[in-house]
Amino acid sequence: MDSRRSDPSRGAAAMPLAVKILVAGGFGVGKTTLVGAVSEIKPLRTEEQLTDRSVGIDDTSGVERKTTTTVAMDFGRITIRDGLVLYLFGTPGQDRFWFMWDELALGALGAVVLADSFPSIDYFERRRLPFIVGVNCFDGAIQYDTEEIRAALDLDPRVPIILCDVRRRESGKQVLIALVEHVLSVMAERQRQAGAVIH
Amino acid sequence: MSEWLDDEAGPVVRPYALTRGRTRASREGFDLIAIIATAATSTFAPPNAGPEHVAILDLCVRPLSVAEISAKLKLPLGVVRVLLGDLLDLGLIVVRRPETENRLPNERVLKEVLNGLQAL
Repeated sequence: MDSRRSDPSRGAAAMPLAVKILVAGGFGVGKTTLVGAVSEIKPLRTEEQLTDRSVGIDDTSGVERKTTTTVAMDFGRITIRDGLVLYLFGTPGQDRFWFMWDELALGALGAVVLADSFPSIDYFERRRLPFIVGVNCFDGAIQYDTEEIRAALDLDPRVPIILCDVRRRESGKQVLIALVEHVLSVMAERQRQAGAVIH
Repeated sequence: MSEWLDDEAGPVVRPYALTRGRTRASREGFDLIAIIATAATSTFAPPNAGPEHVAILDLCVRPLSVAEISAKLKLPLGVVRVLLGDLLDLGLIVVRRPETENRLPNERVLKEVLNGLQAL
């Protein structure tokens, strides 16, 4: 191998840093619609094929599985500036793919949970990954009271709830802005707490 | 894949046949949002490279994330990671890994993301 090839910095200098935000929620709640509304590209789909062994870890049904299972994730992209790219990943819907969530959540800035999805709220609380709850109120849908939703989801009063229309770009943008503002305030709060422990 | 088959046909070749049965990359660490670029020196693919290796080198002339490579080549993530491991071992690609070591995201990056979103 010659020296030019082994110098990764030459190419890496021009390579953007990537960050990600997760969009979680149950089937049909509008994850991919939200991603598509704000993404600069048509949402793409990546898949992973799992062997029966990895699928079966948390499977208590006792049913022998011989087939492989495909987990699909839809994602989009927003170029923040030259050198900084934000990816938005819809989480796989089925609860038995939690281990895929671990990979997705690693290093994520935060998550938008589209209600109604209790399991994902529990997951992000356990992982201490900052998240907000988006409630998709498209035309004709019941207009919810955010405090009713907070009570129904048993949600921490500090977690913002945003009413949105995931089909609209401007609305999706406001959801993401609310999330990043929330992440910044969570970080400041945690830094204060860490300081209080030390002193 | 073959142009005369539609999506309903499914894959003609079992995906892991492309990796000769290997399911793990020789080096770990191809995060979904790791950015891959074809190295400036990789004008020629090595003689034993498969068409998928060449497809990745062609695609990553402009830097792309691992997730995008998987989506655009319609290959499962695990397969893409094995192929990327081969290419990295040969020095044909460069990788920029995301900052996943820290539990908390970088505040400066977050503020940049916030400004970027507000300017959309």
